[in-house]
Amino acid sequence: MSEPIIIARDVHKWYGHFHALRGISMEVHRGEVCVIFGPSGSGKSTFIRTLNRLEAHQRGTIIVDGIELSHDTRNIAAIRREVGMVFQQFNLFPHLTVLQNITLGPIQVRKWPKAKAEEVALQLLRRVGIPEQAHKYPGQLSGGQQQRVAIARALAMQPKVMLFDEPTSALDPEMIKEVLDVMIELAQSGMTMLVVTHEMGFARAVAHRMFFFDQGVIVESGTPEQIFENPQQERTKLFLSQILHHK
Amino acid sequence: MSVLSPTHGEVLPPPTERYTVLGWLRRNLFSTWYNGLLTLLAGGLIAWIVVPTWRWAGTEARWNVISDNFGLFMKGQYPLDQVWRLWLCLYLVALSAGLMWGVFVRRRELVGWVLLLIPVLTGVGLLLSGVRSWWQPLLMAGLGLGGVLVGRGAPTALRRPTLFLFVLTFPLCVLFVRGLDGIARMPRVPTNLWGGLLLALLITVVGIVVSFPLGVLLAFGRRSSLPVVRTLSVLYIEFIRGVPRITLLFMGQVMLPYFLPPGLTVDRVIRAMVAVILFSAAYMAENVRGGLQAIPRGQYEAASAIGLNSLQTTMFIILPQALRAVIPVLVGQFIGLFKDTSLVALVGLLDLVGIARGVLANPAYIGRQIEVYAFIAVVYWVFSYGMAYASHRLEKALGVGQR
Repeated sequence: MSEPIIIARDVHKWYGHFHALRGISMEVHRGEVCVIFGPSGSGKSTFIRTLNRLEAHQRGTIIVDGIELSHDTRNIAAIRREVGMVFQQFNLFPHLTVLQNITLGPIQVRKWPKAKAEEVALQLLRRVGIPEQAHKYPGQLSGGQQQRVAIARALAMQPKVMLFDEPTSALDPEMIKEVLDVMIELAQSGMTMLVVTHEMGFARAVAHRMFFFDQGVIVESGTPEQIFENPQQERTKLFLSQILHHK
Repeated sequence: MSVLSPTHGEVLPPPTERYTVLGWLRRNLFSTWYNGLLTLLAGGLIAWIVVPTWRWAGTEARWNVISDNFGLFMKGQYPLDQVWRLWLCLYLVALSAGLMWGVFVRRRELVGWVLLLIPVLTGVGLLLSGVRSWWQPLLMAGLGLGGVLVGRGAPTALRRPTLFLFVLTFPLCVLFVRGLDGIARMPRVPTNLWGGLLLALLITVVGIVVSFPLGVLLAFGRRSSLPVVRTLSVLYIEFIRGVPRITLLFMGQVMLPYFLPPGLTVDRVIRAMVAVILFSAAYMAENVRGGLQAIPRGQYEAASAIGLNSLQTTMFIILPQALRAVIPVLVGQFIGLFKDTSLVALVGLLDLVGIARGVLANPAYIGRQIEVYAFIAVVYWVFSYGMAYASHRLEKALGVGQR
């Protein structure tokens, strides 16, 4: 693999007195798909949210695409241009059409002409399978369609890294598949992805490495084979048996 | 397994409901004995109020107090040879409103609306002219209609010019009404000659146009993370909200001159406008803040994640949603502002109420209070209801795709 695009070294984060991240270190290489899983409150969402500064880390170093995250707003802006994010609750802009949702970033941040942005947006909508919804409003779409729009919106900025924060947790079972299909296609196209999810089928299919978070630390990491077939830590075994048995 | 009925699983049209006049009456007015009783009681009450009022209005009332002073009620002492400038404003407003309608309102039943618009616009025009001239109202209605049709014809091409004209309408109107010293055909009309409905509308429109952005800024100021900005905003808002509007008007008229350097005087109408603006801005800020608080955090995060800076986030994501959420409240406030312009009569300006007091003081019209105030009430009602109705339409038009 090539040089790492994300480097996190000893990252700490507190909410008041609560120590949410207790020294997270990891490297993600270009083209790598990493899955982060673990019980709720383990800090996994908090961690990927520190990577584009939706949360500020208080100790340690985060370097994305060669730029160090600090209080410098220019650095933050530069990193956000290169990092796309998909949220659990989609967070589409309800007052804008699907097309406007996708083109807003490219037009305002990348300063593309409107025609080019719309062309790219329509391409992306075809890629996620809903070109016919371009002129509807988010409220008129199903959850799965909304999340696919959200993925297209993040991709429109042509990011080098995509962050997914539990992208299927708010969806009905029927819709989870349509979103996962899009994510699998994206992973196979060589996108660097960091995915917080409990969809172990997805992890098995496309993940290069997996990270098990618990209580603000990485308990265990490895390839999907290592994690699923031969977990080393008791905590990992217990957690996996719990979520796999319910499937 | 049970036997399925013959229509099971088919897609069927909903059952049609047949309406007859009698059926409607029975269902809505006389469905039970006590509903029937209530209907009769309410009907009686309405008749008890309406019939004598109607009889009074048709026989006893002497409406010549209105028709004799109609021009005065509409425009105060605005010079008669300059009234064409007011018409010019009305033409401009009709044209730009028509264009806005034609370009931005997409409705199939538009033709019907346009047909309805002709008599309404003509009626308003006739009302404003006091039925003394017929061609100005017609021209006004024509321009409004023409705007709708032209806008409808080329909506995409006319988008920008229409918005441009709409934005320009207000400053141009103020310029026309006020006039300029340099232009011989349009000499300056001093503000003490502005009056009646014209003055009320001007104070209202200036009040709305200026206090709106001020209020939005104050709302953001109150949520600012900079302590100085936040404290100043809170102090301003809470001071103004703790003071009655009339007090501010008096302060503007009486106290302001003491604070200004000697020799510098500010026009009385401007002083009233400033008081109205300062007052309205504080309330506006609180209403807008309510809208801002309704925006979920996810919207800010999504905007940050695609790289928008805070100004872009505010302009494209937060404000549009926040303002949409508070349209009903804001329009309520605008209507209140319009009606409260009647308070300027108390500081000696000649708005509708001021004119009314002047007219009633004339020995020729002694004892005509009911006629005069009823007329003023109707004028206020027409404009207030117009605003409420417009806001209702706007809400519907903007409500598309709301979650």
